[in-house]
Order: sequence, then structure tokens, then C-alpha cells
Amino acid sequence: MQHLLFCPRQCALIHVERQWEENRFTAEGRVAHEKVHEAGSETRGGRRIVSGLPLRSLRLGLSGQADVVEFEADGAPFPVEHKRGRAKEEDWDRVQLCAQALCLEEMTGRTVERGALFYGKTRRREDVFFDADLRRRTEETAARLHELVESGRTPSPEPSGRCRNCSLASVCLPGARRPVEPYLRKAFDE
Amino acid sequence: MKHYLNTLYVTTQGAYLAKDGECVLVRVEGEDRLRLPIHGLGGIVCFGQVSCSPFLLGHCAENGVGVSFLTERGRFLARVQGPVSGNVLLRREQYRRADDPAASAAAARCLLTGKIANCRAVLLRTARDHEDKVNAGALRGAAERLTDCGRRLDPGLPLDVLRGIEGEAGNAYFEVFDHLLTNQKEEFRFSGRSRRPPLDRINCLLSFFYVLLAHDVRSALESVGLDPAVGFLHRDRPGRPGLALDLMEEFRPVLADRLALSLVNLGQVQARGFRVEENGAVRMDDDTRKAVLVAYQKRKQEEMRHPFLDEKAPLGLMPYLQALLFARWLRGDLDGYPPFLWR
Repeated sequence: MQHLLFCPRQCALIHVERQWEENRFTAEGRVAHEKVHEAGSETRGGRRIVSGLPLRSLRLGLSGQADVVEFEADGAPFPVEHKRGRAKEEDWDRVQLCAQALCLEEMTGRTVERGALFYGKTRRREDVFFDADLRRRTEETAARLHELVESGRTPSPEPSGRCRNCSLASVCLPGARRPVEPYLRKAFDE
Repeated sequence: MKHYLNTLYVTTQGAYLAKDGECVLVRVEGEDRLRLPIHGLGGIVCFGQVSCSPFLLGHCAENGVGVSFLTERGRFLARVQGPVSGNVLLRREQYRRADDPAASAAAARCLLTGKIANCRAVLLRTARDHEDKVNAGALRGAAERLTDCGRRLDPGLPLDVLRGIEGEAGNAYFEVFDHLLTNQKEEFRFSGRSRRPPLDRINCLLSFFYVLLAHDVRSALESVGLDPAVGFLHRDRPGRPGLALDLMEEFRPVLADRLALSLVNLGQVQARGFRVEENGAVRMDDDTRKAVLVAYQKRKQEEMRHPFLDEKAPLGLMPYLQALLFARWLRGDLDGYPPFLWR
């Protein structure tokens, strides 16, 4: 979901083409997630804290794994997603978290009103309220994701500032868009 | 830009390769000789009696590190590969275009442009740099014939006509190939291409470099999800890596031919490093093979500007970039395949 919101081409490269390139950011993210998921589960002050919990929604056709879900004493789930960096202006992380909430609602039959994003850089938790607007956006994103994967087509690159932080830039080659014919013609010049 | 990853060549007989955490461990006679982090490796090539633990092979597959096994003399034996990577839709498109005569010819035309232009560049470069030592006139004459061949590669030509031009260009190039030698001319005289087995020292060098190059190009194709067996210029034949051979064409003059020549010209290989068998087959000795491998590795680390992408990258990364560009043509992002043109 996040990949799609970041860049549809990146998303298609990863999920349609099955391309993956690790860079420093993705490696740090992977190691951090592995750590969180390894933590297992524990009970602290009446709350059960479960890490690496598998999630799915049949309605939205999503599946994945939650970093951490905290279950209140009354059983109400509260998802917590760990992020390596810092809070972003765009709502990519909130959509991702909301998708987890929708999965949890479908699986437990309970309403999930809130969750939190934990950012490694700032070591801050940001509470997220799953309002109607965020839910709608999340459902839309899931639908777009299905369209993209089912189409089997990788969108053409649209170079932007985001390419600089993208681990897949070397696979995507956002700069390679010029026509080939003049290039071939020039091969025997001079 | 993607990082260029080294290839580990293991020529020590009896060596055993194992996984040690995130590293490849090379053990010889019970002694740990070398430990290399896997993420720095792009491939492993084992010569002769070299074995690998299954866990190392699995780890390599997971990390996209191709492992090839060759005989001690460099004949290809086998290759270990993990689950087929990449996009099945891309491969289907590759098969569809390979089945379509017009699309195949379009691809072949681009591939041949690269091959002929790079052969020509090799001749012109030597004529320019060694004006006094070589028959520069003959080299320039052949280069002109190549220019003529190249300019006749018009869009829309059928595959058999393109092949005819390729044959003509190949003749023009190999006819003057011997003139590219400036040193040890007697010992390394080239009198036409011979292989399986190579019948002279220079062919022995060339064949060995082509094996190394085939490994690299094949790995590059697999890593972008293309099927190395289904070619355009080289048509399907069981056991033949058609697309790998296609993409190799533009690299042969630059990565193999020129390197073989400079090893001889600079005296980095000597005639006595080769053995001529009773039947005329020529073989390298172990020390020569090692020197040749080191030279190949070094050459791949040289930085160059990619003429189409206009970015700097080590020569060793170019096969990978070309594989990507080929995939881009198949996906319809590019209107043709831009070959690697060496200047």
C-alpha cells in the first residue's frame, strides 16, 4: 500500500516484476522490523502485546503482518506500526496502519478506532485516529493496488525528487526515456 | 547507480565453500582461507574440483548470487540457481516477440548495431594509438567496411538479411584481427577463429573470456527476470543460452577481444603459459589462467560512461544495465533496444 502511494511504478516493480534492491534505508528498516517481530508476545499491565501478528482482510483482499498489536484488557486491538525514519507529511504511513486496523476489525469483529505509528529517528509515537476519511482513502488505495497488480503492467517512470531516496532507482532507470532510433543512427558517425 | 558486485573465482583444487553467517567461507585442506560477505558478491565461479555446501547455494540463490561450475579448463558444467525470479509477464512478452519475425528482426538490428560498432571502435582505437606499430591502413580499411555494414542495418530488414550483414562484418573484423597484435606476433598469430578446441593461443584466450562473459551476461539477464535461453539473433536450440549470446555480442570486442590482445601486447601472458597438445588443441596452464582471471576482474572495475544512460558505471555493471534496457524495450518503455556503444 505504502509502495503504491510512494510511486505506482515502484510498487509495480516490486509486486508485479518482483524486483527488489536493498539500500541502506531498506536494510535498516528490515533489521528493525525483524527485531520487532522477534520480540514475541508479552503481557504488560493487563495489556497483551503481540508482535509479528499475521493479518488479512477478505473484503479488501489484503494480507500482511502487523509489527505490534496491543490488546487492551477488554480485548480491543490497537495496532502499532514501527517506522525507521520520521513522520512524513503525506499520509502513506497512516493509510498503511489503517489497512491493518481494517484487517483487525474484520478478523476480531471489533471496532478499531485508534492505532499508533512509532518513528525510530525521533523515537516518538504518533496516535492515529481512523476516521471516515482515512478509511475511505485506505479502501481506495487497496482497490488501486489490485487494479495495478491485475493489469500486470508497470507504469512508465515519472522522475521526481522521490527518486533520490528510492532503492529501486537503479532498476527503474527513471532517466532512460529518450528515443532509441537517433542513438542507433549515431553509432556509425564520425 | 547500482553497486558493481565482484565475482569470486575459485581455482584452487579441493577448495570447499560454505556459508558462515552472512559470509562465504573458502576452506582449503581444513584451513579457512577467505571469508567474504555475500552482499558484496554478484557471482561465484568454481573451476574444477571445488565444492559448495547446500546451505551456501541456498544463501546465494536468496541473495541473487549466481553460482557456475566449470571444468578446470573453463568448460561450462552447470549452474545453480534459486527459484526463477522476476516477472512471468515479462518473460511471456519476451517469448511473444521472439516468435514474431518482425520484432525479432528489430531486436537483432539493435544488437548488431552494438556488435558492429564496437568491433569497429576496437579497430579504430588500435589504428590511432599504435599508428607506428600496426598496419593502420588495413585496420582503417576494415573499419570502413564495418561502417558500411552498420549503415546498411535499416529498419524493416528481415532476419536473414541482417545475418548476412553480420557475416560480412565478422569476416572484415577477423581478417585484420591479427594486425591488432603489436607484440609476440609469432607466438600468438591469429589465423581465423577456432574453438572446441581452440587451435592457437589467441583463440584459447578468446574462448576463455567468452565463457566468463557468458556467465556474467547470463546472470545479468536472470537478475532482471529475462529468460537467457530465448534469443532473437540466436534462435532457440536446446541447451543454448540464446539471449545471453545475443547480449554478449556487443561486449565481446570490448570486454574479451581487447583484453586478450592487451594481455599479449603488454606481455602479461607468455607463449610458454600455453600447452599445445598432440592434436593441436591449445590449453592454458594454471598460472596463466589465474593471471587472466585477475585481468578480467580488473578490467570490469574500470569506470566508463554509459552512452545511453549518460551515467558513469564500472564496465562490469554494463551487462546488467543492458539487460535492464532490453527488458525496458520488451515492456514498451523504449522504442528500441539501445546497445552498449563503446567509444
